[in-house]
Amino acid sequence: MSRPIVIENASLYGDTTASILVEDGVITAVGEVAAPEGAVVVDATGLIALPGLVDLHTHLREPGREDAETIETGSRAASRGGWTAVFAMANTNPVADTAGVVEQVWSRGREIGLVDVFPVGAVTVGLKGEHLSEMGAMAHSKANVRLFSDDGVCVYDPVIMRRALEYVKTFDGAIVQHAQDLRLTEGSQMHEGEVSAELGLAGWPAVAEESIVARDALLAEHVGSRVHVQHLSTAGSVEIIRWAKARGISVTAEATPHHLLLTDESARTYDPLFKVNPPLRTQSDVDALRAAVADGTIDIIATDHAPHAAEDKDCEWAAASFGMLGLETALGVIQKALVDTGALTWRDVARLMSENPARIGKVDDQHGRPLAEGEPANITLVDPAAAWTVDGAQLASRASNTPYGGMELPGRAVATLLRGEPTYLSPRFEGAFA
Amino acid sequence: MTGTIMGAADISRALTRIAHEIVERNDGALDVVLLGIPSRGLPLAHRLAQRIAEIEPGFDADVATGALDITMYRDDLFKNPTRAIGTTTVPAAGIDDAVVVLVDDVFHTGRTIRAALDAIRDLGRPRAVQLATLVDRGHRELPIRADFVGKNIPTARSERVDVHVEELDGEDAVILRKGE
Amino acid sequence: MRHLLSTKDLSRDDAILILDTAAQMAATQEREVRKLPTLRGKTVVNLFFEDSTRTRISFEAAAKRLSADVINFSAKGSSVSKGESLKDTALTLQAMGADAVVVRHWASGAAYQLAHGGWLHGSVLNAGDGTHQHPTQSLLDAFTMRRHLVSDPTGADLAGLTVAIVGDVLHSRVARSNVHLLHTLGAKVVLVAPATLVPVGIEPWPCDVVHTLDQALEAYEIDALMMLRVQRERMTGGGSAFFPSPAEYTRLFGLDGDRLRRLPDHAIVMHPGPMNRGLEISAEAADSPRSVIVEQVANGVAVRMAALYLLLAGEEGAQ
Repeated sequence: MSRPIVIENASLYGDTTASILVEDGVITAVGEVAAPEGAVVVDATGLIALPGLVDLHTHLREPGREDAETIETGSRAASRGGWTAVFAMANTNPVADTAGVVEQVWSRGREIGLVDVFPVGAVTVGLKGEHLSEMGAMAHSKANVRLFSDDGVCVYDPVIMRRALEYVKTFDGAIVQHAQDLRLTEGSQMHEGEVSAELGLAGWPAVAEESIVARDALLAEHVGSRVHVQHLSTAGSVEIIRWAKARGISVTAEATPHHLLLTDESARTYDPLFKVNPPLRTQSDVDALRAAVADGTIDIIATDHAPHAAEDKDCEWAAASFGMLGLETALGVIQKALVDTGALTWRDVARLMSENPARIGKVDDQHGRPLAEGEPANITLVDPAAAWTVDGAQLASRASNTPYGGMELPGRAVATLLRGEPTYLSPRFEGAFA
Repeated sequence: MTGTIMGAADISRALTRIAHEIVERNDGALDVVLLGIPSRGLPLAHRLAQRIAEIEPGFDADVATGALDITMYRDDLFKNPTRAIGTTTVPAAGIDDAVVVLVDDVFHTGRTIRAALDAIRDLGRPRAVQLATLVDRGHRELPIRADFVGKNIPTARSERVDVHVEELDGEDAVILRKGE
Repeated sequence: MRHLLSTKDLSRDDAILILDTAAQMAATQEREVRKLPTLRGKTVVNLFFEDSTRTRISFEAAAKRLSADVINFSAKGSSVSKGESLKDTALTLQAMGADAVVVRHWASGAAYQLAHGGWLHGSVLNAGDGTHQHPTQSLLDAFTMRRHLVSDPTGADLAGLTVAIVGDVLHSRVARSNVHLLHTLGAKVVLVAPATLVPVGIEPWPCDVVHTLDQALEAYEIDALMMLRVQRERMTGGGSAFFPSPAEYTRLFGLDGDRLRRLPDHAIVMHPGPMNRGLEISAEAADSPRSVIVEQVANGVAVRMAALYLLLAGEEGAQ
């Protein structure tokens, strides 16, 4: 049995100051807490306590690209970033399109124990968009998969998409769509607009995303199913989601930290660290996404953490892989882009980065729970005054492809507890647990 | 001694004397081509040519004068900021078998003239090359000497000799300055 | 000048200095001895990731006439199959002691990456990167225009001239380079292309856009008409083709004798080569006395000599 932990004087959700008692993986008291005998007492004055963060969109690369990331290194990066659960995308090699692969990923996550790894199953066999994968088997496996996505690729065929949406109703699953019209984006390298015109990089039109978002919202309405749209990147997509929700369609949407901070202007460096799918858009898109995150049109913030080996980024823009790291920088980026600018409170952050993703991922019995007595002790402590400068080489991921290298972020997670066990402690706390 | 070493009258007299010396040395001026080294050698070459034409009626000052830009032949191109390349013009008839008189304002280390000799080699094969300079300030670094000198001015290495010409500077003067 | 990557980086004074220097270089090329000792001891590497014999030999001639040592490095590797990485190639060239790297690459931005990757100390001269820029091509175009259309060219810009560029603007590094350079030099630029071959986001470009050649001939007093090459892959690919047929392209955008005769008397016809005779330009137009296409090639050597001189002649680090 591990020792009880008292987190003293934390600011719960950035609102009220209270202490939290954790015993046997559960929060047993909140408020005025008397430390039991032998308890670890942590002074959390000035720190924000949030429910452990839940990332609905992570690439752990194992199996297949262990040179870029493994479940272990990715779990470590997640715990350092304040996450207690991550949803691992299916585009591994082999693809997570069978019960065998998702169980392997799930149990490897358990073994490592730094973060709950929930595998996302592939919608189609091999992500090829041709045949539905055995979603039922994955749903009924040990991994208990509820979210299905061909992420990296769009479920492009409207008939396949319709069938998938209908089929997952069987086990209350959802289709998580990577909205990208494949024909409109053949060879596309960056947002199609003034910057792409000047740089001579093949354009990726906003409509390639928006048309799929609109189609899938209508399909979800038609078959009465649930669709989650990943990484919204354009103002137009926001409008469509807003419209769909107003219409009562069961659609949820996510935005990534990078689409909330960076723009296509970054491509002027031709540095492939800024190459991502969907591409970084314009400032007016960023502004629309921020407004949508603040007003609830966008339900969650997810990282789309996408590690790549150095050789896949240290090359020509057009030859480079899409994607960037995100797990360790997400909190700091969100604080910089949205909290410090007054668009979000920490309460909102808890909703966007923990409660809503847990609900969409159907793990809200374990994660995204209130910081209250009787709840599992999944807790993230954030120091909003711990400014730090990002250095890709210092991150826990095996890869180092962060677009924020050299950027100062205002804050970061300083401690993460998963069911009462510290999975990450910044140096200031290591002594307390010794 | 610093300050103005030669005034307009001094310069005029020196050029007149050099013109006579050129004619005398070459038994006339029929084969003579004057190539001024930009910037200030060029107006000096034109003035010399006019004076020669006054002495030798058959000498066409315009035809026999040209410009020789030596930038691309310098041996210190990589030690100084990038220089703009000036114009090179030679008489239409070329310089083969001519007597080329190089004209420069200040004769110093000899490196400019070395570069000029290389440049001439790419333009043709003159019968002879001679050197006329308004000022010889010494400190040669190469075995090159002047044929016609307006004035020898002993200088310290650190000193500067500035030649001003009416055409570019609005006055004629040779000024010796202390080094920085 | 440390690198020559994009005409967008050039000020009016920079551009005129290059053109004036090119004029002096061109003058030396009329001499019996065309070789100059200027860049003796300097090493210029022609790094070509994309085949272009014409551009390579133009740069090779330019470097050799300035007495530089020339190493031709043909790096295989396409957008499909990656060969040796740009970084490894750059490190190799650095080890060889390249003072300047002339790079032609299929990827937009490769020259910029080579210049800013921290792998190389030498100057980088962009000889065409993807669909981005080809600065020496536009400099030789401007040089050719200035020679023909400006009465006292030395020190002059192209103010008052109207230049029409016709064809595949979307995929053209020549068009991108020319729009910025010609604008910087004071010329008016008119792009003539089917709307499928005009980039989305072109609005900030300092130029007009019209959609047929006849429209351009009517609306503008054109001093120079530049025909761009139509790449074969733009016409094929079924539903992905950018225009319905070669015949229709020729009908709307091709320069034939009739259209040639509608140009002002002094106007010149240009083409960066290689031409598709009968597609974007008829034989009559290509071979007419107004065509300066062959002269463009000769001017290319002079402009590249000027660029190499200006990049390499100064002391290291001097402006």
